[in-house]
Amino acid sequence: MSTMSRTSIFLVLVAVGLVSLLAHLSGGIDIQILNPQGPIALEQKRLIITAVLLMLIVVVPVYVLAALIAWKYRATNTDAPYTPDHDHDQRIEIVWWTIPLLIILTLGTITWKTTHALDPFRPLDSTVSPVTIQVVALNWKWLFIYPEYGIATVNYVAFPEDTPVSFHITADAPMNSFWIPSLGSQIYAMAGMSTRLHLLADQPGTYHGLSANWSGEGFSGMKFIAQSLSREDFDSWVAAVRQISSVFDTGEYDLLALPSSHTPVRYFGHAQPGLYDYVVNKYMQPHDTMPVRVLHDE
Amino acid sequence: MTNSIINLTENKTVFGFWIYILSDCFLFGTLFATYAVLRGNTFGGPSGAELFDLSFVLVETLILLTSSFTAGLAMLAANKHYTTSKNKEVSPPYVQVVGLLGLTLLLGITFLGLELKEFTQFVAEGAGPQRSGFLSAFFTLVGTHGLHVAAGSVWLIVLMIQILRRGLTEPIMSRFMRWSLFWHFLDVVWIFIFTFVYLMGVMI
Amino acid sequence: MSFAALPPNAIVLSAFLFMIALAGLIIGALFYYKRWRWLWDEWLTSLDAKKIGVMYIIVGFVMLVRGAIDAALMRGQQAVAAGDSLGYLSPEHFGQIFTAHGVIMIFFVAMPLMFGLFNLVVPMQIGARDVAFPFLNSLSFWLFAAAAVLMNISLVYGEFASIGWLGYPPLSELEYSPGVGVDYYIWILQIAGLGSLFSAINFLVTILKMRAPGMTLMRMPMFEWTTLASVVLVIVIFPILTATLAMLSLDRLLGMHFFTSDFGGNAMMYVNLIWAWGHPEVYVLILPAFGAFSEIVPTFAKKRLFGYSSMVAASIVICFLSFVVWLHHFFTMGAGANVNAFFGIATMVIAIPTGVKVFNWLATMYRGRITFTTPMYWFLGFVGTFTLGGMTGVMMAVPGIDFQMHNSLFLVAHFHNMVIGGVVFGYLAALSFWFPKIFGFTLDEKWGIRAFWCWLIGFFVAFMPLYLLGFMGATRRLEHYDASTGWQPLFIVAGIGVVIIALGIVFQAVQLVVSIIKRHEYADTTGDPWDGRTLEWSIPSPAPFYNFAIIPAVHGRDAFWEMKQSDPIVQARPAQEYVDIELPCNTPVGVYIGACAFVFGFAIVWHMWWLALLGFLGVVGLLIARSFDENTEYILPAAEIARLDAAYTQKTI
Repeated sequence: MSTMSRTSIFLVLVAVGLVSLLAHLSGGIDIQILNPQGPIALEQKRLIITAVLLMLIVVVPVYVLAALIAWKYRATNTDAPYTPDHDHDQRIEIVWWTIPLLIILTLGTITWKTTHALDPFRPLDSTVSPVTIQVVALNWKWLFIYPEYGIATVNYVAFPEDTPVSFHITADAPMNSFWIPSLGSQIYAMAGMSTRLHLLADQPGTYHGLSANWSGEGFSGMKFIAQSLSREDFDSWVAAVRQISSVFDTGEYDLLALPSSHTPVRYFGHAQPGLYDYVVNKYMQPHDTMPVRVLHDE
Repeated sequence: MTNSIINLTENKTVFGFWIYILSDCFLFGTLFATYAVLRGNTFGGPSGAELFDLSFVLVETLILLTSSFTAGLAMLAANKHYTTSKNKEVSPPYVQVVGLLGLTLLLGITFLGLELKEFTQFVAEGAGPQRSGFLSAFFTLVGTHGLHVAAGSVWLIVLMIQILRRGLTEPIMSRFMRWSLFWHFLDVVWIFIFTFVYLMGVMI
Repeated sequence: MSFAALPPNAIVLSAFLFMIALAGLIIGALFYYKRWRWLWDEWLTSLDAKKIGVMYIIVGFVMLVRGAIDAALMRGQQAVAAGDSLGYLSPEHFGQIFTAHGVIMIFFVAMPLMFGLFNLVVPMQIGARDVAFPFLNSLSFWLFAAAAVLMNISLVYGEFASIGWLGYPPLSELEYSPGVGVDYYIWILQIAGLGSLFSAINFLVTILKMRAPGMTLMRMPMFEWTTLASVVLVIVIFPILTATLAMLSLDRLLGMHFFTSDFGGNAMMYVNLIWAWGHPEVYVLILPAFGAFSEIVPTFAKKRLFGYSSMVAASIVICFLSFVVWLHHFFTMGAGANVNAFFGIATMVIAIPTGVKVFNWLATMYRGRITFTTPMYWFLGFVGTFTLGGMTGVMMAVPGIDFQMHNSLFLVAHFHNMVIGGVVFGYLAALSFWFPKIFGFTLDEKWGIRAFWCWLIGFFVAFMPLYLLGFMGATRRLEHYDASTGWQPLFIVAGIGVVIIALGIVFQAVQLVVSIIKRHEYADTTGDPWDGRTLEWSIPSPAPFYNFAIIPAVHGRDAFWEMKQSDPIVQARPAQEYVDIELPCNTPVGVYIGACAFVFGFAIVWHMWWLALLGFLGVVGLLIARSFDENTEYILPAAEIARLDAAYTQKTI
């Protein structure tokens, strides 16, 4: 008995030491999901906390009961009552079928509401009109097209603060997932399909964005910078990009689509209209009446 | 039915075979579901309505159904032999059983030949399995059934040899029972293929 | 085929050389001690379920070592590869390693340990002498073994897939993965999957048709119920896996368009189908672990299992619900809110029966007399970790949360929480519990408990940082990240956790060696070392090859416990009760079919059509030849059983 407790005590000490080392080292690190920068991520953080609290109603009693029962009814404690044939008690069983059921009913109700409220396809309620950005996941970089401004960028996306951003997302590559953790929600990017994601940033800031679904060897380098700017900064940024003479047409697109990873940020002042549809339609049935297949109605 | 058959259905080997057939249903279920998803995805290629020749498929269907009928007759004849041979020590001749099984085999092979003819014709028309998602699903679903019929035919040949060499002993009757379950099961699957793939393919 | 397919990488090459050295050592030892004949006659060709079970477990543990090395390589890479440091693994190689890790841990560790346990325990617990189809059992094992060999060949010859353990297209299509890796993946899973399906049919029939007289369904030990639920799931889902992978291979081999991006293929369908298999698959694995704990807790608390009917109901509910939750693996694929919410809520509902099970185990301990043996340590560790995993699982079942946490390291921490805390702890508990019944001596407690602490603490050190990393926006499968993310300290801690778990695995090997050395001291002379409750403890240890000299009659639940209450000397029996037993003869056909399946798999991966055809014809030919064999069973005469039984009884007293 003594050696095994020594092993366990040693290992517990190691664990405690590691955790404190960790706390020291990671001070000042941004825990993005618990530090939301927009309404979607904020709602998700609240949802995480609600779900955890609801489940603690069951989890805490399980831990306490397990420890107490294991201690009290140890074989060496011969004073404790012993009822070897006691194997059912309808009342108590009803209690522990019912309590989890009630918790799940509560959480289920919350789930039903929030799944609709947080549906990535649902446009956000706002008085400001949204900015549309088309996103193409390529091997292994992100292409952003601004149809309203006629510009395009690679691995960098800017949008005005406090303005709903409507991302239209597709892929010309294996399946990826478009994710900006600070702003919340992700959605898959798939060839021949167009998914939607609506996000909003409360204030100016720089966030990291990445692919959350393994897409091959360049996957780790498939990240981008997302920046929310004040309205004036955004407008002057758009104007500045438009000054750049580089043209982005299908020829340029086909070059860009060649596999590469850790691709540096690029800007194109003149994006050929209809490029996004060109990418989506590459995989569609010839002469299809529907230009773009959308997964479900908006 | 007679006692012997009831005994055989209580046999754990036959029960295990039922479970295998159940799992095969899930295999076909997956292929049917896939077909249902992909059947509109012709990608500019021919659709079912343009390809399928219902009268040809009807002939295939009748042949397979007849083979199930002859298989059933063979089972009945075998059962009769089996129960009588239990009372008498002499082993009866198996001409009737093996003859009916031979007929079944012939029908099964004819069915396969017709299916192969249909497939080669489609491929020749440029409607091979590589043409579109729809055709991939079609060839795979119908082809998987065809492979099952081919496996059933090989099994049938082995079974006929064993009946001729050993007579209708209990293990062979159990095997016969399982083969016959398999053969009838393939018939049922074909009815589904005929309805969902061919009939509905031509209607829509 | 050429030498160019041999591994260029130093790590792989050293692993290769290590494997060759190890294989050489084993083969050399077999020659030196002239044990080939013994190995062939007593083990490889055996149709005894107990021996097949032991072989499953040995292969499972060998593959566990490989899977753990893969894990250590990944976490080691992530601990160092921040900022300017690129680490020691190329992205391509990293992809192969995490794919292999997942495939190995599920198919070649968890599944064989599970089928191994079934083989050891199921027949004995229901008072049967063998499984329903002994030859099919051997065939299943050898198909599994063929797949395991193919898995290890892929390490050194060619490459393994770099597509994640479920191989989503279009990445797994020819367009993006032109190499042989994906083909290895497909055929390894196909061959192993076939073995699993046959095995499941075998155990379903065994449980439903071969129970001892008097053992009604509601008198079955809980482990039998959970096994039944588990094999029912296998029978339903493995055909889906077979069909899905067949379609993927048709895309790759014949240029079809099931899951390609163009020509009307639909990759989302693959994702649906593979999870229709994949989600129930984890319940296949966890249910027997629940069953094992339902045997262990009553035994060591010396009390009847609390809420038996509740437990049966919970197992069946879990079994059914597992079919209607698969979509929760891809809430982010763009299904509508109603669909997502439905699958989210269905997923949460599973927490109810699972929670009930935990409460029932605690109630079993309540007012018991608990002895803290290694299996009980595993049980308490399981309650601690599994409950936490359940909580994070319910969190991720809320689509609103999943949109944010999906595919992050939070998810990776969650499922390891379930698989290590649930499946691994459960199986390790079960193995130390039933070990004496098979080998005739108990395992060393001291080293067992040391191994337990390493696993438990190692698990928390390795995976708590991953939960946090998920909150910090780290996705899974990154082989490199920016230093500015601040992730590195957490990855280093996680790496240390893996080392602690590895120490646990080493301690388990030590436990086995120590126990073998002290086998006389630890000998189980009574056949009932734990004061057991179910039928397997009523026969001597190690269990005789015929299991039961006389098939017991069952009058209630906890059949052996009841016998002991009413009749303290259960061993003594009048000799005239013995009857002749029919037992299966050993046969090498299973080994041969496994070999042909291996040849077929290898050949088709490398597109050697003539060899593939040869392998296939070999399988068919052997099956036909086997069907002509009439002498598959022999009779063990009553007198011989009486003599053997007397010898055992002598030893016991």
